Amino acid sequence: MRKLLIWLPLALFLAFIGLFASGLFQPDDRIIHSRLVGQSLPSFTLPAGASDRPGLSSAQFATGKPRLLNIFASWCVPCAAEAPQLMALKAAGVEIDAIAIRDARPDVDAFLARYGNPYARIGLDARSGVQIALGSSGVPETFVVDGKGRIAYQHIGDIRADDVAMILDRVRKAQ
Amino acid sequence: MKPFLALLLAILATPLAAQTALPPAPWADRQIPDARQEREAKALMETIRCLTCQSQSIADSNASMAGDMRSQIRERIMAGERPDAIRSWLIARYGDWVSYEPTAAPILWPLWAAPLLLLSLGLLLLRGRIKRRRRQ
Repeated sequence: MRKLLIWLPLALFLAFIGLFASGLFQPDDRIIHSRLVGQSLPSFTLPAGASDRPGLSSAQFATGKPRLLNIFASWCVPCAAEAPQLMALKAAGVEIDAIAIRDARPDVDAFLARYGNPYARIGLDARSGVQIALGSSGVPETFVVDGKGRIAYQHIGDIRADDVAMILDRVRKAQ
Repeated sequence: MKPFLALLLAILATPLAAQTALPPAPWADRQIPDARQEREAKALMETIRCLTCQSQSIADSNASMAGDMRSQIRERIMAGERPDAIRSWLIARYGDWVSYEPTAAPILWPLWAAPLLLLSLGLLLLRGRIKRRRRQ
């Protein structure tokens, strides 16, 4: 027993080395996914976030057709970077609604005039209340909502050019 | 002196694009008039993790989303909601991750057990020492 105990510190040391090494090769996943994926959208009603689009309410989602719900903000740089991809999705026939987080209508108008407006409806969430209710942890994020108003998929971060096909596929599957 | 001042200002300036221009939500940095409710709200905020600055609670974070969460928590407590209910509402959305306080989930049992294990290991070692000394 005593002879075995002598090796205990070394074994512990090696175990720690192993732990740290695994941490080096497999960095932490710091993305926080919403637990509401697979569940219905929480109910909300938001005023219009842009001057030429109506506001948004959760009741407008259960229409039998899948839609995208894009969480964006005019002050968010990656949101400008994903604008061309959203335009491409719209051109492919996907209907996109949006929620503008902590924003003001003139700022949203200027943002859309500059980067294009792929949205059918835009809700203004001035105090991130709906964002928190959705379990979303930042901008931009994109939810695929199926025809029954359930969240089928959550895309965290900007949609890159090589994500477009995958999002299209998710929308098709979410009938 | 001038370059030093410029450097100092650069350090103090917050990145423009990272935060919104909107003022903080009404109850983000304002206490509830009722002291008991404010105590409840503060205690709850200290147990909720900030989504932007992941190693701070929302009580400590200056991120705009943390401010919005503080405001929402104060408003809901003023409306009579129980802190436990708000906490579980948040956990239902963000998972146990949003709890800044370790929960009693089975995956954390080793964490709670570690102090007891280490203490008993120490006692065992101490007993061995004392026995050896007696023999001498």
